[in-house]
Amino acid sequence: MRTRIFRGYRRAVASVAALGLIAGMAACGSSDDDQGGDAAAAVTATGTDDGSELTLWTRAPLELQANALVDAYNKTHKNQVKLTIVPNDDYVAKVGAAAGSGDLPDLFAADIVYVPNWTKSGLFADMTERIGLLPYADKINKGHIDAGTYEDKKYVLPFVLDLSVMFWNKELYKAAGLDPEKGPTTLDEFKTQALAVQKLNKPDTYGTFFGGNCGGCNVFTWFPMVWASGEEVMDPEGTKSLLDGPAAQKVYSTWRELQDAGAVDPGSKDETGATWVAAFQEGKIGVMPYPATLLKTAAETVDVGVTGIPGVSGGQSTFVGGDGIGISKDSKLSDQAWNFLSWLTSEDAQVGVLAANDSTVARSDLADNQYSAKDPRIALINKVAGEPQSKTPYAVNFQQAFNAPGSPWVTLLRNQVYGDAGALAGDNSAVTGVLGQ
Amino acid sequence: MAPATTLTKPPEGAVAPTGASRRRKRRPQMAGWAYAAPTALFVLIFFVTPVLLVGQMSISDWGLFAGNRGINAPENFTKVLDDRLFWPAVWFTVKYTVVTTVILIGLALGLAMLVQESSRWTGFLRTSFLVPSALGLASASLLFYALYSPQSTPLGFLGIDSFLGTPTAALWSTVALIVWRFAGFYMLLLLVGLQGISGDVYEAARLDGAGRWHTFRYVTLPLLKSSIALCTILCITGSMLAFDQFYILTKGGPDNSTVTIVQLVYNMAFFGQNNLGKAAALSILVLGALLVVNVIQFRGLREKES
Repeated sequence: MRTRIFRGYRRAVASVAALGLIAGMAACGSSDDDQGGDAAAAVTATGTDDGSELTLWTRAPLELQANALVDAYNKTHKNQVKLTIVPNDDYVAKVGAAAGSGDLPDLFAADIVYVPNWTKSGLFADMTERIGLLPYADKINKGHIDAGTYEDKKYVLPFVLDLSVMFWNKELYKAAGLDPEKGPTTLDEFKTQALAVQKLNKPDTYGTFFGGNCGGCNVFTWFPMVWASGEEVMDPEGTKSLLDGPAAQKVYSTWRELQDAGAVDPGSKDETGATWVAAFQEGKIGVMPYPATLLKTAAETVDVGVTGIPGVSGGQSTFVGGDGIGISKDSKLSDQAWNFLSWLTSEDAQVGVLAANDSTVARSDLADNQYSAKDPRIALINKVAGEPQSKTPYAVNFQQAFNAPGSPWVTLLRNQVYGDAGALAGDNSAVTGVLGQ
Repeated sequence: MAPATTLTKPPEGAVAPTGASRRRKRRPQMAGWAYAAPTALFVLIFFVTPVLLVGQMSISDWGLFAGNRGINAPENFTKVLDDRLFWPAVWFTVKYTVVTTVILIGLALGLAMLVQESSRWTGFLRTSFLVPSALGLASASLLFYALYSPQSTPLGFLGIDSFLGTPTAALWSTVALIVWRFAGFYMLLLLVGLQGISGDVYEAARLDGAGRWHTFRYVTLPLLKSSIALCTILCITGSMLAFDQFYILTKGGPDNSTVTIVQLVYNMAFFGQNNLGKAAALSILVLGALLVVNVIQFRGLREKES
């Protein structure tokens, strides 16, 4: 009996050892096959296209563009990208869990304002040398490149750009006696035009709208008003808030005056961001800052005019948002992943896929293309993206200071529009407090 | 009368149990363990292990992206207490829990009594009250978000300017959603309790001359105590863990007035702070608070029953 048990035990140990040996050999094999292994492979401008399967994660708002890009790449390359779309609210948690267990996909995108935090946390592989080999490296959107640069190393390229621009409803402008082809060029014009639409006294129709309980919405749409005025919202290190400057104060007072005049849709006060574009799309708003990526959708129901977001006395700016993309620290196929990224910045992808789908291109030398030529609004959006006053803000604690529910920025903006406007200095210090943590 | 069991020494001459009889006695014990093992394993994997892991996280410097960087006790707990939103969130969660529990249990009891007797409309009413419970909480919250949206609200006739724009409005609008969503569910639990009360008791009370109020006060309520206690425990636990409804309706606003404890945990872990250690410390505090509340409730229930 004991002998039989012992034999069984020996057999089990031998099986485990054999399996371990096979697994070890397999691991060695995979190591040999890993042409993306940074140590062995020479870095090239186009990477390796050898039929590997790459994994890519992105968040749901970019599903349309991500699917189009992946489909086009898979059709023209031996490598095949397997795309996973993650619900927006789950994305940070999913990336965090994968980062902790070393299971990040080969490629993943991130909201560009979170990129500084993620590069500092070491989630991306260094692409400095590879990006330097691209012949058009200096034409790639600087805001995204800067956001993905940490300690002089570049980790991220633009995936999809999302810009904020001013939209107006041409029908309502006509009815209000405004020039339907001319949007606001200063903050005062913005106020005047919104008030003019309000004076129509159309039921359920208002001069303007903003996300009154949404930090991200107003980062996206109010920061450009400050930049267009020639001022900054933070210091270059992203550790000190400058949201109490003269231009910022003019932005707040403009919105407060519009609110006091009843020209802001009452829904703004509750708006958490889930439906902040809906009222314009329904034709009920005269003029408001809006995401440029939604031009096609908005134009289905509204005759839309587009211009850059104006400053106090002119100028134009936009928040160059959207997602950056990089190779993960856990990828064993970095050369193959780079093949996808180098293609992503090529004319084939930027014009043939993104511009064809009404998305903004991420290269200034491709701003004028066959698609923008057909629609001057898209040409204008591409042009504004390249303006020196258009920016992507940089701060490691950006999410906590601005985007998080209950962030000090939300407190600041609500006080400025609805509450105690005299609290500005204290509220600005609270933003600095979080940025500097 | 001889006791059924004894701890005294066996009488002289009694036969000591042999190895074989011990094995025979142990066999049912082993069988019992074998039956319980799958459940025990399930509990170990899916309850005990996560709680231990959260415990470890709560005393560790554990970043969302950086992983575990070693023990830092009790820093996470002190950081939680220093968080500017901690005490407002505790106060709001307690307020919300009290308001929701009182309204829900009161309304559910009223509904249960309304549909207790069989009549022509009983089936229709029971179904109507219960239907909202079939909807997921997130879906219900989105539905109410649309109902409350000033751009599309069919509730405009109520003359309310903003359903979510002020702290008070946001609280009561969310309570309205929760009452709509859960009243039918608690009604069902209480209805089962009501129907478990024998008709003879009511008959006896009627013969003793008890009116409707006295019957309700001295017959129905005492006999429904267990059902009410169950509903209260469920309601308090659910309210203390409130998240979805506030995340969707208010995002903690306006002006951080509706931040619940669980929303604070979420913010600490995933939205902004990326600090799993601090979030775990707060989770442990919430778990402790829930245990205390539940123990008090169970003890109160047991004392009343005895």
